[in-house]
Amino acid sequence: MKPPPFDYHAPRSVGEALEILTEAGDEGKVLAGGQSLIPMLNMRLTHPRHVVDVNGLTELATVEAGPGGVLVGALARHAQVERSEPVAAVQPLLRRALGLVAHPVIRNRGTVVGSLVHADPAAELPAVLALLGGSVRLARPGSTRDVAADVFFTGPLESALRPGELAVSALFPALGPRSGTAFHEVARRHGDYAISGAAALVVLDEDLRVVTARVACVSAGPVPVVVDVTGVCGGDRWEAADWRGAAAAVWDETEPEGDIHASADYRRHLLGVLAERALTEAAQEAGNR
Amino acid sequence: MTTRLFGEPVRRREDPRLLTGRGRYLDDIGEGAYEVAFVRSPHAHARIRDIDVSAAIDVEGLVAIHTWEDLPARLAEPLPLLIPHPALTHGRTAYPLARDVVRHVGEPVVMVVARDRYLAEDVCGLIEVDYEPLAPVVGIEEATRAEALVHEDVPGNVGAHLVQEVRSATGLGAREAIEAAPYRLEFGLDIERSASMPLEGRGVHARWDAGDRSLRVHSSTQTSTSVRMAIAAKLDLPLPQVEVVAPDVGGGFGVKIVHPWPEEVLVPWAAMLLGHEVRWTEDRREHFVSSAHERAQTHHVRVGFDERGRVLGLDVTIVHDHGAYTPYGIIVPIITSTQLPGPYKLGAYRVEFSSVYTNTVQVTPYRGAGRPQAVFCMERTMDRVAEHLGLDRTAVREANFIQPEEFPYDQGLIFQDGRPLIYDSGDYPESLRRLKDLVGWDDFPALKEQAAKQGRRIGIGLGCYVEGTGVGPYEGGHVQVTSDGRVHVSTGLTSQGQGHETVFAQIAASELGVPIERVSVVTGDTRRFGYAVGTFASRAAVMSGNAIALACGKVREKALRIAADALEADPGDLEIVEGEVRVVGSPGTALPLATVAVLSNPLRYAFDEEAGRATQFAGTSSPDRPPVAEGDEPGLEGRDYYSPIRSTFASGMHAAIVETDPLTAEIRILRYAVVHDCGNLINPMIVEGQIHGGVAQGVGGALYERMVYDEHGQLLNASFMDFLMPYATEIPRVETAHLQTPSPLNPLGVKGAGEAGVIPVSAVIASAVEDAEGIRIDRMPISPSELFDLRRAASSG
Amino acid sequence: MRDIAITLTVNGIVRRATVPGRRLLSDCLRHDLGLTGTHVGCEHGVCGCCTVLLDGQPVRSCLMFAATADGHEVTTVEGLAEPDGTLSPVQRAFAECHGLQCGFCTPGFLCTVTALLRDNPAPGEEEVVEGISGNLCRCTGYQNIVRAVHRAAEILAEER
Repeated sequence: MKPPPFDYHAPRSVGEALEILTEAGDEGKVLAGGQSLIPMLNMRLTHPRHVVDVNGLTELATVEAGPGGVLVGALARHAQVERSEPVAAVQPLLRRALGLVAHPVIRNRGTVVGSLVHADPAAELPAVLALLGGSVRLARPGSTRDVAADVFFTGPLESALRPGELAVSALFPALGPRSGTAFHEVARRHGDYAISGAAALVVLDEDLRVVTARVACVSAGPVPVVVDVTGVCGGDRWEAADWRGAAAAVWDETEPEGDIHASADYRRHLLGVLAERALTEAAQEAGNR
Repeated sequence: MTTRLFGEPVRRREDPRLLTGRGRYLDDIGEGAYEVAFVRSPHAHARIRDIDVSAAIDVEGLVAIHTWEDLPARLAEPLPLLIPHPALTHGRTAYPLARDVVRHVGEPVVMVVARDRYLAEDVCGLIEVDYEPLAPVVGIEEATRAEALVHEDVPGNVGAHLVQEVRSATGLGAREAIEAAPYRLEFGLDIERSASMPLEGRGVHARWDAGDRSLRVHSSTQTSTSVRMAIAAKLDLPLPQVEVVAPDVGGGFGVKIVHPWPEEVLVPWAAMLLGHEVRWTEDRREHFVSSAHERAQTHHVRVGFDERGRVLGLDVTIVHDHGAYTPYGIIVPIITSTQLPGPYKLGAYRVEFSSVYTNTVQVTPYRGAGRPQAVFCMERTMDRVAEHLGLDRTAVREANFIQPEEFPYDQGLIFQDGRPLIYDSGDYPESLRRLKDLVGWDDFPALKEQAAKQGRRIGIGLGCYVEGTGVGPYEGGHVQVTSDGRVHVSTGLTSQGQGHETVFAQIAASELGVPIERVSVVTGDTRRFGYAVGTFASRAAVMSGNAIALACGKVREKALRIAADALEADPGDLEIVEGEVRVVGSPGTALPLATVAVLSNPLRYAFDEEAGRATQFAGTSSPDRPPVAEGDEPGLEGRDYYSPIRSTFASGMHAAIVETDPLTAEIRILRYAVVHDCGNLINPMIVEGQIHGGVAQGVGGALYERMVYDEHGQLLNASFMDFLMPYATEIPRVETAHLQTPSPLNPLGVKGAGEAGVIPVSAVIASAVEDAEGIRIDRMPISPSELFDLRRAASSG
Repeated sequence: MRDIAITLTVNGIVRRATVPGRRLLSDCLRHDLGLTGTHVGCEHGVCGCCTVLLDGQPVRSCLMFAATADGHEVTTVEGLAEPDGTLSPVQRAFAECHGLQCGFCTPGFLCTVTALLRDNPAPGEEEVVEGISGNLCRCTGYQNIVRAVHRAAEILAEER
């Protein structure tokens, strides 16, 4: 279990990194935290000709929390974002979700943007980005583009990132007033990829009636599956809203697959249970905020 | 009084080096050695049509590529079948490198030697093997159907078939006894595949000295002596020219008792051929697909019993999944068959097993070795009997226990060592009393009711076992006191974390009356001790512990004799305290053991002042006698062997309280209690540690770990991502109580403790989950997903 | 695939090595620098045996290239004891509580726990279990490891 041979590049600036990536095209791979890429290399499941190590680009190790949300640079580690108090204040869901990502030692190294680009439908952060309607900023020499979450994730381990592009940051929108979030999941072992998980966002109006209620499901399809349940519980005061019915809608609209750890039926059942838990908790948070 | 170290929680002497990175494991040895990687079969069953290495030969750093055709005569034969048995009529073993046919994914086909492992893997990736796929046989059901065969010449895929039967006191066979019984039940019980999975995989390093034609091999093994003999035989070398050392070994749990592994003969052969050190360090993926698994068995049970739950007849039919080969014989199903009766007096017992081949990794013992299956079978049966009669589960067990006054108790079966299965000692009723107290068995119904009011589901379960430990044939010990007063102990069996350096030093220090700081212990090094069997079957403390105690006795006797001579005293008036021979009652008169050691070895040459006292003009020896008396030997040392007439039987009982989530079906262990009896404890701290670790492995086997093969024979979860070994977050705190029923069979009165913890866990957890859910649990492991499915099946009637 | 010259500060000592870009940090420490105390148990980042401190933070050395560590500080198990050989509080606690058996996972645990107690000198039970939850041990059942972490916290408090 040793990585296959490749040309190793350690650019000293983002510009240099972009040039190398452009030249490498689809034979290039960006190395940031490496917590997903290096296992795949060690198992020789991927054979990039060029590995572009961006760990020297400290200008990308930024975390900015502002009124618009949390802007996470490509080199910000999970742990750095998880520990940030401003981040927790602007978008508390990030800390909650990051606490569920693997183990603390992995979070010391793994990056938030890397996890998004890896686009594993069983991972927490893609679901968070999708739930919140965030975006990923992709750069190539001389230009950048922002790709919204709903079109960023294109399949299991597939994203809108094109060969030659570098994901330089991700934006997680802030939590608005009278809004609440929650994340519940079931994993076989603590820290494993969830066999099922649900992140919820609930927004209330001034009369504490539900304006928006959404759930993003983990391990529920090829990409994070977002189900808008506002139709079920919109207009109701949060305490009286039919969260069970909303969860049933999630159950209705998802079709997870079975694998060696969980049958499809069990996964689907869990989605219902976890969606209800997440929605109830998010609503409570919104109501009390 | 001499220092009493036996029975004390002495801190481990291994720890200082292991805590500072100075441990020496296989991959730490031989920097600069060439490294090996293998092309392994991607098919479960295929014929090799062609091997094309042409694309690989230009890789810089490549040293050699070998296939079966390159192997010399003896190496080209199949690997040995280590434990033949008359019932194993169709034993089959693999070639070191596949010849013509591969029979499981992971079987080695091509050996690559290169400057380092990275390059060796590059080369492997460039070698093209052309396979003609054959029909794979996966799982017990398919093996039994035998529509395809794993080995062309093994009809029905059946490698072995064995029946043992013990008739009732009135002469009834088990089936007759069942028919005649007032109550009868019949059901199936299954256990899935798992594996030892030590954190250090296997590995071999070899150095050939062409000058003196000697071979030194390090192997991460549980038996260095036997690896040595296998290498000498396979490479046609004189035994004295081969030395095998087991360095620090990062866990074994059974998988490393198998030998010689292909790599254990191929790596030394390559070192000889290339005249260069060669090392192979198994990686995790290799360990999953090319070492060994265990546990998979199906059991069909028929039981007849009376109104108190006494088992009048038990008839069990077992099908054992042996994987592709049988290098370790049929030890696992034999152990299941014979340990199944546990602490109970069964009226009549019949057990029949078939061992079938499948196109999967071979099956050899993993900690517990067939006992977890046996206990699952027996204890689930006890629970069923209790349920059927509406009796408390503990009452049914009590009704069947062998009583303390009934030892030695002959179960009437032939055990894994080919000897009668006679329990030496134990106190099962007392164990159960302590367990009930410890876990609060009688108070549980109230607790359960209370939990139910809060919408929580909890359940309690228990499991009892008897474990034959310390199987023969023998182990030996050598003890030498040198003229600096140091005591050097060696024994041939190996260590994989059990703390042998500590417990054997405790035994030697206690027996010799020396401070433990002066004692050093070497295990698993054939340069120090050549005769041994190995570390398995919870045998090290029993076998080597007693051998070392016996060897110490010899040293002690000799020391007293020499000292008596020097002190002009009667040996009977002497004792050894704190490393000095003293006259009992007159502490002023003492002779350090160091001096006794000097006197024991008559010298011509003085290399220091102490040695001078033993030279010929020193006046310490009588001119009337030969310096070394007839029948005596120079030196203060002793060697002895312990070879028991049969195994000694440890026992224990576990109970657990579990909680199941009514919605998510997650299973959590709230409490885990263990009562354990391994006779006299040498080091209670170490025994506790063995139990904790065993239980953790048991929890893994009950709730998390399984080997999942698809219908093509591909192992779907060959990584730590998907083979779910528990972390700290999954393991409950274990509460323990000890009972000490000494073994009458050995001088130290000890029984084995290494495997105990793992044995009953699946039975216990199944019992507890069943209690919580009211749903029958008849196969393990169980995942939340499976519990969910069972709930649905139960609710749909 | 050309080799890269790197400079690391390992256990306080500046070390240089020339490695291929694909050389894992774990292999570099073990085989290029001779620090074999860092163990390799899975090479896919799950077992935690290879955990070392990178600029003080525990990381998996099997999930990092040596070249990436160029210019950084690495602490391995060999660097935990005092220069005079006195075991660190964490090492002492593991010995005292029988927190190790075969010793293969131990270096990873020691590095993880050293950082854990530095950041949180008096962790509660859950924090301890969470803190070591990324390290596999096949021998001990973790009970004595958890005890050792609490004991190490006590020793550290006593010696502060």
